Amino acid sequence: MSLWIWLLGALAAIAALAWLGLWAARRLSGNAPRYRDMSYGVAFGYALALAAIAAGVWLWMKPGAVYFRWAVMGFAVCAVAAFLFRLAGRHLGPERLKRQFRKMPLTAAFGILVILIYAFVAIFAAWIAPHGQEAVLGAANVVPGGDPAMGGDPAFPLGTDRIGRDILSRLIYGAQNTVGLAFATTLLAFFLGGSLGLLAAVVGGWLDQVLSRGVDVLMAIPSLIFALLLLTIASVWADGARGLLTFYMVLIIAVIDSTRVFRLARSVGIGIVVMDYVEAAKLRGEGMGHLVFREILPNAMAPLLAEFGLRFCFVFLTIASLSFLGVGIQPPLADWGTMVRDLAQFINFAAFAPMVALAPLLPALAIAILTVGVNFVVDWMLHRASGLKS
Amino acid sequence: MGSVIRIVLQRLALGLVTLLIVSAVIFGAVNLLPGDFAQAVLGQSATPEAVAAIRTQLGLDQPLPVRYAQWLWDAARGDLGVSFAQANFASFTGRVDPSATVLAQIGPRFANTMFLAGVTAAIAVPLAVGLGILAALWRDTAFDKGANIATLSSISSPEFFVAYILILLFAVVNPVLPSLSNIFPGMSFGERLEKTLLPALTLTLVVTAHMMRMTRAAILNLMAQPYIEMARLKGMRPLRVIWRHALPNALAPIVNVVALNLAYLVTGVVVVEVVFVYPGIGQLFVDSVKLRDIPVVQACCLIFAAAYILLNLTADILSIISNPRLRHPK
Repeated sequence: MSLWIWLLGALAAIAALAWLGLWAARRLSGNAPRYRDMSYGVAFGYALALAAIAAGVWLWMKPGAVYFRWAVMGFAVCAVAAFLFRLAGRHLGPERLKRQFRKMPLTAAFGILVILIYAFVAIFAAWIAPHGQEAVLGAANVVPGGDPAMGGDPAFPLGTDRIGRDILSRLIYGAQNTVGLAFATTLLAFFLGGSLGLLAAVVGGWLDQVLSRGVDVLMAIPSLIFALLLLTIASVWADGARGLLTFYMVLIIAVIDSTRVFRLARSVGIGIVVMDYVEAAKLRGEGMGHLVFREILPNAMAPLLAEFGLRFCFVFLTIASLSFLGVGIQPPLADWGTMVRDLAQFINFAAFAPMVALAPLLPALAIAILTVGVNFVVDWMLHRASGLKS
Repeated sequence: MGSVIRIVLQRLALGLVTLLIVSAVIFGAVNLLPGDFAQAVLGQSATPEAVAAIRTQLGLDQPLPVRYAQWLWDAARGDLGVSFAQANFASFTGRVDPSATVLAQIGPRFANTMFLAGVTAAIAVPLAVGLGILAALWRDTAFDKGANIATLSSISSPEFFVAYILILLFAVVNPVLPSLSNIFPGMSFGERLEKTLLPALTLTLVVTAHMMRMTRAAILNLMAQPYIEMARLKGMRPLRVIWRHALPNALAPIVNVVALNLAYLVTGVVVVEVVFVYPGIGQLFVDSVKLRDIPVVQACCLIFAAAYILLNLTADILSIISNPRLRHPK
């Protein structure tokens, strides 16, 4: 209850500050046009920004707010890294690349940087990781931070989990497993949905009707729910074989997500099929394969590529959620969703040692940063393609 | 007006047909299982005689369409079968223990989930629309750009990330709210609200971002219209222009997005309930998936799908009612 009173009081104070500030600015500047024409809404915005900055500074100064300081520092590091990356892109490399970087917003540069780093870590995981992903290393429940006084161990900078596996190594292998599987699933979904969608667009008629109505039905079930239902069945089929269950999961999510790809590919394809050059190719007597892959696909590439980014995010989040719920990627493989679930208990000790909370939050953060990065890039691509300014 | 009613009835019929087909898909998918319910229930102790006895008992020796019709008829009357995990099949030949039926398990949890979704909607919808209007009003300012980054980030984060950050901040470091939502019958409304607040806030953060972006986009779409220009030229204040002229016209897409996001809540609820150990239908669903408790999985799936279809249908109907052009299709 007192929280609400505080909130309302703060709002009233900001409103009063805005009014006072506007009045004072008009008075002091001798009614300059800038302040004379400023509406109260804009003044309120400035007051709100001022209050937000003041609250931030106050939080930063407060001794207990470790996480706030970490968040601000993390945000600053990301911004600086993105800025440096964009700067490097503007001055290094071939001319075509430089031109791309020149008009890029900072968010998109950040996204590209993130994708590059993740790809690097995923590909070279076996060389980067200090330990194996399944290696049980004796010391269990080592606190992250590497400070022996707080229960850490310099040999394990991010600590170990309940049975003594190195969290850093598992995080690195997680990039390979989680991101790799999500990527493979998205590729499969695109292959399935894209080719069927374009086929439906080219052939039309009853094939189009059958496929479209089928997709409509599948899309009427929420995807996570449907995935869970099918995974129940798959787990009976796999009967305890964990590798097989992971394989089924990839298939199931690929099929469910291919319905969304099908929709897009079909609607894009229908727009292209009526073009004259497709007509010409038909009259030349080209086969179905040539029509789909040589005439239509290259012209449908741009929207499909943007969709690929978004679809990857969805698939990635779905796999992470399923793993978090315990029915996704199966145990011997290190994976971020499972890691969050396994390490979640550590969060309850954060009041005593702030570093402990890092153990479950880092894998979750790793998931979030990648999806945020991909979203930023897709946002920029769509923005550029549409040519819109607002 | 008659045409509106006709279209609404048409959509309702379409939704019913969709639900029927979806139920067939769910039923069919479960019947892809090798072996059958009887074997799944008996597990290790499946002697041929016992399997045969249960098969006749449950009507599993009937052909598939007959069983589907029977299941659908029972489901429509509220009888969703008996939970494998709860039923003691040795005594199944006699009467069914009332607490073992799927309905008895789902009923109270369904009410809890609706409560969680209701609290979330009550916070999220006004917040999202308000913030969306502000972002449109102050477009291209620091507020707008900050909101853009914040909403994109919260859309892209997995629900459990948001949930654990909220737990860390509001339950562990500053213990103001409980991190476990142990709700039981006979709790006062205030207590219930307090226990539900943290999961509701998590869902709010996830859902608000999308609704707010769409509200902003819907309003900005209209800002280039001549009547907005007119209102601005006659000296109206920006907030008043949005409130009087832009918002009423943007209401249709906004209402549509609100309904779609409530449909999204249906899936979001599953992960959040597991994080907070909230005794809702999502948690029951995940537990049943792990236990391979097929009747419960089937029933939960049907309920989620029905809610999803219903909300999508609502979005559809609302957008038709509010847009005269869709009311008179050419």
